[in-house]
Amino acid sequence: MSIEYKHHEFDVIVIGAGGAGLRAAIESARSGVKTAIISKSLLGKAHTVMAVGGCAAALQNADPRDNWKVHFHDTMKGSKWLADWKMAEFHAKEAPERVRELEQWGAVFDRTNNNLINQRNFGGHTFPRLAHVGDSTGLEIIRTLQEKGIHSGIDIFMEYTVTDLFKDNEGKCIGCIGYNRVDGEIHTFSAKSIILATGGITRCWSICSGSWEYTGDGHALALKAGAELRDMEFVQFHPTGMVWPPSVRGILVTEGVRGEGGRLLNSENDRFMFNYVPEMFAGDHAETIEESNQWVEEVVSGKLATVRRPPELLTRDVVAKAINSEVKAGRGSPHGGAFLDISHRGEEAILKKLPSMHHQFKELAGVDISKEPMEVGPTAHYVMGGIRVDAKTQESCVSGLFACGEVASGLHGANRLGGNSLSDLIVFGKRAGEFASKNAKDKSQPTIDEDEIQKAASKILAPLMNKEGENPGKIYDELRDMMQENVGIIRTKEEMVSALTKLKEFDERQKNTFSGTSRKYNSGWHQALDLNNMIIVSKAATLAALTREESRGGHTRDDFPTPDDDYWGQILNIIWMDDGEVKIKQEEKEEMRDDLKDAIKEVKAMIAERAAEHGGEK
Amino acid sequence: MSLKGKKQSFRILRGDSENSSMEDFEIELDEGMVVLDCVHRIQHEQQADLAVRWNCKAGKCGSCSAEINGKPKLMCMTRMNDVVAETPENIPIEIRPMKSFPLIKDLVTDVSWNYEIAQKIKPINGPDEKNWEFNQMEADRVQHFRECIECFLCSNTCHVLRDHDLFDNFAGPRNLVRLAQFEMHPLDKEDRIPEIKKDFGVEYCNITRCCTEVCPAGINITDDAIIPLKERVVDRYYDPIKMIWRKITGRK
Repeated sequence: MSIEYKHHEFDVIVIGAGGAGLRAAIESARSGVKTAIISKSLLGKAHTVMAVGGCAAALQNADPRDNWKVHFHDTMKGSKWLADWKMAEFHAKEAPERVRELEQWGAVFDRTNNNLINQRNFGGHTFPRLAHVGDSTGLEIIRTLQEKGIHSGIDIFMEYTVTDLFKDNEGKCIGCIGYNRVDGEIHTFSAKSIILATGGITRCWSICSGSWEYTGDGHALALKAGAELRDMEFVQFHPTGMVWPPSVRGILVTEGVRGEGGRLLNSENDRFMFNYVPEMFAGDHAETIEESNQWVEEVVSGKLATVRRPPELLTRDVVAKAINSEVKAGRGSPHGGAFLDISHRGEEAILKKLPSMHHQFKELAGVDISKEPMEVGPTAHYVMGGIRVDAKTQESCVSGLFACGEVASGLHGANRLGGNSLSDLIVFGKRAGEFASKNAKDKSQPTIDEDEIQKAASKILAPLMNKEGENPGKIYDELRDMMQENVGIIRTKEEMVSALTKLKEFDERQKNTFSGTSRKYNSGWHQALDLNNMIIVSKAATLAALTREESRGGHTRDDFPTPDDDYWGQILNIIWMDDGEVKIKQEEKEEMRDDLKDAIKEVKAMIAERAAEHGGEK
Repeated sequence: MSLKGKKQSFRILRGDSENSSMEDFEIELDEGMVVLDCVHRIQHEQQADLAVRWNCKAGKCGSCSAEINGKPKLMCMTRMNDVVAETPENIPIEIRPMKSFPLIKDLVTDVSWNYEIAQKIKPINGPDEKNWEFNQMEADRVQHFRECIECFLCSNTCHVLRDHDLFDNFAGPRNLVRLAQFEMHPLDKEDRIPEIKKDFGVEYCNITRCCTEVCPAGINITDDAIIPLKERVVDRYYDPIKMIWRKITGRK
C-alpha cells in the first residue's frame, strides 16, 4: 500500500528560516520567482536569535581607517589562511551594503554620535567593525528579515522537517520530502532550485551553545545528495560559555563582554591572556594591563583607539585553548572554567550595553555581573565546515542545490571571527537567493519519481513501525557525551579512532528506537529522525579531524600540537559520501589572486606601523 | 538550596484539543535545573512522545511559553529552586500549555493567530536613501520594543483575548508593540492611526497591565506602547480643537 502525501510546486525552495534562509528567500521572491521557506521551528525562533555581539561590516562609521581590505585581511588571518579568498573578498566588499539595507527594512542599530550605525570592537577585527544592538543583534536581524519576508510573497511552511532531497536522471536537484511536525503528514516539494540554510551541527556535543535544531540536517542532506563538504574538522569552541549550574552549561556568553572591556582571570587573580599571545599575533595586542585599560577607556568613550587592544580580544580559538590550559594547570574557577569580570564598567554601562547577559546570569545562575565575575568555559559554538559552494553563486557541485549561512563553508577556513557569521548570512544569503532564482528561470517544473518518494516516505515512518526499542532521547544524550569526550576541543588519534567505532554502534542503535506510534507532534519520533543526521555529521567531523595531523584554528591535536604550514596549511579536507559511507580526500587550496595578495601586504604594513609606534611605550 | 537528588512530582497536561487530562510524573532533580530541563528529563527517561516547543533555552527565542503553577512563564527561564519553594510539599508542580491558544498537543499550542495579525501590519516605510540618520535617544525608544522575543505570553494573559475571546477585533499586546515600534520609528512615514483604531482595536485594552507583568523581556507594554497609541488615536479622532485645526490646515 502506498503512503499518502501532499505535493507542492515551487521555483525555489529554501530550507531553513534563520538569517541566511530568510535573506535568500527575500532575494529569490524579489526576482519574481515562486519561493517557499521550509522551517523546523516557528518563524523567528531560529538560532540566529542567539547571535549577540554584532554584524561585521567595514562601514567606516566608528573608525574611518577601516575598509574592505582590512576586513578581508582580518578574515583571512583569522581563518589561519585557509578561507576561500574569493568568498572573503565578496564578504568584505558587500557586507556594508547589506547592513545598510537592513536598516531600510527596519533594523534599529545602536547609533554613533553622528547619528549613524555604531560599531563595536571584537576579537580579531583590527578596527571597531560590528554593527550591533546592545547584545541582541541576532534577534534584531532575524526580526527585521522576518518582517521584510512576510511581505515579500514567500510561502512559509512552519514546523516542517525535510528528510531527503531528490535528483533527476541528469543529477540535478529537483525537490525534497519531509513531514509536518504538528500533524505528522508527509509533504513533497518539487523545485527548480533548492537552497540549504539549515545552520550547524553543534548539538552533536554535550556542551554546546546550539539549539535542538543544530543536528546537521543540511550537511547530511547535501552529502546524501552527492554534494561535498569541506573543513569539517574545524569546530569553533567559543571560549565563553556558561559553566554553572550544570543545566545551563554551554549557553553563550557574548564576546561583546570582552569587547566592552571584560577581563579574563584565573583562580590566582592573574590576567592570564597576556601569557597566551601566539607568534602570529605578536605585537598586535597590548602588552601591559595599563595599555589594555587605556584602550578600553578610549573605546568606551567613543574615541579612536591610540593603543593596542587587550589580549582578551585574541581570536576565539586562542582564548578557548588558553582557558582550557589554565583549568588543566589547576588554576580554574570552582566549576572548571575561568573568571570573566566586567563589573569594573559599573551597573549603568552594563545594563545599557549588555542587558541580556545581565539578565541571563541573574536569572539562570543567580550571579549579578555588575558586581561579581562570571564563570566561563569553552562551548561548541559553530562549525566552520560545511557544504562546499561556488564563491559567487553559492551552488554546490550538485546542479540546482545551493547553500548559505553556517551550513555552507569557505568563508571562515580554520577559525571564524566573531561578527563574521551575521554578515556571512546576509551577504551569501543574498547571493544564494539571487543565483538560485536565476537558475530557476525558464525551466519547466520537474517531476519527482514516485518510487523514490515512496522509499523516502517509508524511511520517515520507519521509527513509528517499531513495537519496542530504546528511548531516542537516551541515544541522543549518549551520542553527545561521546563526541564531547572523544572529539572535543583537544583531540588525539586514539580517541577519534574509538569515536568512529562507537559511531557505528550508534548507527545500529538508532534503527531500534521507540517513541510510540502517533504521528501527532511526537517529539521522540522527530528526535529519532534527527539522530540519522547527527551520526552522519559526527562521522564527517571525526574523520576530517583524525586525518588532519596538525593543530590549526578550531582543530587542536594533542599528538600534533603545532601548525604544519608546509603541508596541511595548503590542504583542504573534502568529505563526500559513497553508497552511504562517509569518505575523505585532500585537495590543495587555490592560490590567492595577486591584487588580493597586495591588499594583504598593505594591511600588514599598516598594522606593523601601529605596533612599532606603541612598541616603545612598554 | 541544592535540589540535587530530590524526588519531585509534576502534573502535566497531556493530550489534544479533543481529549486531554493531567498526568503525573516523578523525576530526580539536579542542581540548578530550570523547568524545561525537567520536561526534557521526563521526555528522555519516561515519555518520548511528550510534546514541547523549545529552541535556545536561554530566554531569547520565546518558544517554551507555558503556565507553571498557573503563572505564564518561559520554562527555560524558570528556575526549579523558585518553583519548588512556592509549591507546597507533596503537591506536584503543575505545567499546562498557554490557555488562550488552541491546543495542538501536550504543552504545544497553535499560535498562528499572532502571525496572521503580524501579516496585516504594514512594513516600515522610510526614506529611499541609505545611511539613515537618527540619534541614540530616538533609537532607544524603538529598540525597547524590538527586544520582544514573541513568546506570546502577553497575548495569552490579556483578558480581552483570554476571557472575552476578541481575537477578531483586537491585535493583542505583542502586535500593538509591533505597531508602536513602527509608529515611533523616527523615519517611518506611514500613517497607521486609522488601522490602529479600527483594525487592531487598541481601544479594547483597558490598561490592566497584565501583559506588562508577564513579559519576560521586561517591556513596559502598557505604558510605553499601548497608552501612547491610545493617545494618538484620541488626538486624531476625539480632540475637537485638533479636528478643527486639521480642517483649516488640511494636515493630518
